[in-house]
Amino acid sequence: MSRQPCTEAQYRRLVADATPGSRMLRGYVRAFWVGGAICCLGQLISQWAQRLNLGEITNPMFTTGVLIFIGTTLTGLGVYDRIGKYAGAGSAIPVTGFANSVAAPAIEFQREGAVMGVGARLFTLAGPVLSYGIAASVAVGVIYWLIRGWVM
Amino acid sequence: MRRTLIYRHPPIIAAHRSIVGRKEGDGPLGEWFDVLLKDDLLGQKSWELAESEMVRRCARDALDAAGLSAGAVDALLGGDLNNQIIATSFAAKKLGAPFIGLYGACATFVEGLALAAAMIDAGHLDSALISASSHFCTAERQFRFPLELGAQRPPQASWTATACGCALLRNRGEGIRVTQGTLGRVIDLNISDANHMGAAMAPAVFDALTGHLENTRQRADDFDLIVTGDLGWIGRDLLLRLFKKAGIDMPEDRLVDCGASLYFREQDAHAGGSGCGCVASVSCGWIMKRMERGELRRVLLSGSGAMLSPTSSQQGQSIPGISYAVTLEG
Repeated sequence: MSRQPCTEAQYRRLVADATPGSRMLRGYVRAFWVGGAICCLGQLISQWAQRLNLGEITNPMFTTGVLIFIGTTLTGLGVYDRIGKYAGAGSAIPVTGFANSVAAPAIEFQREGAVMGVGARLFTLAGPVLSYGIAASVAVGVIYWLIRGWVM
Repeated sequence: MRRTLIYRHPPIIAAHRSIVGRKEGDGPLGEWFDVLLKDDLLGQKSWELAESEMVRRCARDALDAAGLSAGAVDALLGGDLNNQIIATSFAAKKLGAPFIGLYGACATFVEGLALAAAMIDAGHLDSALISASSHFCTAERQFRFPLELGAQRPPQASWTATACGCALLRNRGEGIRVTQGTLGRVIDLNISDANHMGAAMAPAVFDALTGHLENTRQRADDFDLIVTGDLGWIGRDLLLRLFKKAGIDMPEDRLVDCGASLYFREQDAHAGGSGCGCVASVSCGWIMKRMERGELRRVLLSGSGAMLSPTSSQQGQSIPGISYAVTLEG
C-alpha cells in the first residue's frame, strides 16, 4: 500500500518552501497611499463642514456620514471591491471599508429575503468589530470612572 | 485493501459536454469547451439557480449528443459544492432521471466515473450520466466572502471555476473506454490554511496515483498523460516533489493539472482554478477531445477534493483531502 513519503512536519516545510509569499512591500506602499488618500478626503470633508458652520458635535458626524455614503455607493457600483483588492488594509481600515463590509452582505444576501437574508446577514463581517468595539468602549468607560478622581 | 476496480467489460464514454463561464472561456483552453456562457447568471434569479441551470443544460446537451432522452438514461450521478448539492439535485428534478447524489468535493466527477463504470460493468445499468459543476459566485458566498467585499486573496488561493462537465457512459458502442478505477482514501497531512487547497490535496493525489499504479502494475510511462484535478500551480509542484521524495518516476512534462491549465497567469486566478466543474469541464472539453483526435491514447485521470466545510475550518480543523483515479483508453 502506498504511503506518504514524508511526515507532517516535513510536509509543512515542503509547503512553506513551495508557496510564494505575498509581496509585502508593494502591499504596504499601496495600503499607505490609498489609506492616506481616504483620510485626506475625510479631512477635506471636515473642513467643508467647518465652513458650513455645522458645529463641533455635528461636524465629525457629517464627515463620517459622507464617507460612509461614498463607501456604500462605491460598493453598490461594484468599484470598492476593486479598490480593496488593490489597497488591502488601506481601504479596509477607514470607515469606508466598514461601510463596504456592511453593504457587501446586504447586496449578497438579498435573495434570502429581507429578514433572514439582509436583516440577519448584514453584520456578518462588521459584527465582530461592533461587538468588541462596544465591549472595549464599556471597559474603557469603567476604568475611566474608577480612576477619574486621580486623573482629573 | 482492494481499492482498484478493474472493469472487465469497460464502459464507453458515448458523449461528453462542457459549459464554462466567461473567465474560463477567455483562458487558454477556451476553444475546447462546447458552450461559453455570455451571462454567468444564465437568466436566473440566483447564482444557485444559475449553476443548476448550467448542470441541466450540460446534461441535456450530453444526452442529445448520444441521442438519448433523460427518461431513457438509467442513472444520473453527480454533485457540486453547494450545501446539500442543490445545484445538481435541482437539475435532476427537471431531468427526471434516477439520481445518485455524490459529494467528493472537487473530486466528484472522477468519483462518479469510477462508480458508474462499476455499475455498468456489473450489468446493473446500461447507461449513466456523470455530472459535476461549480460556480464562482455560489462558492464565494458559501465558503468565503460576499462578492462586493474589498478583500485581498493570498497567492496560494485558488479560483473556483464557473464550469460544468457531463459524460455519458454506456455499456456498448464506440469511444473512449473507462478500464480501471481507484477509490480514494481520505488523507490529512495537517494543513489547515483553507486558502491553500493545493497543499491540502496533493498528498491525497499522491496516494491515489501511486495506489492506482501499484495495483494495476503500471508506471507513469504507460500513460500518455497523467491528469490531476485542481491542485493548481503550487499543488502540482508539491505533488512532483512528493513523487521525487518517494523515488517514483513521474515525468514532469506528462503531468497536467486542470486547475493550473484553466487560466492564463494574467487572469488573476492566483494558484489556478478549482471546483467540481474544473476537472469535469477540462476532461470533457480538452482531454477527451484530444483522445478522440488520437493525440492521446492512454490517460490516467484523477480528481482531488478538499473535504472541509466553513464549520470545520472555523473550528480549527485541518483539511482532509481525497482523490480518485480512472484509466481512460482511446
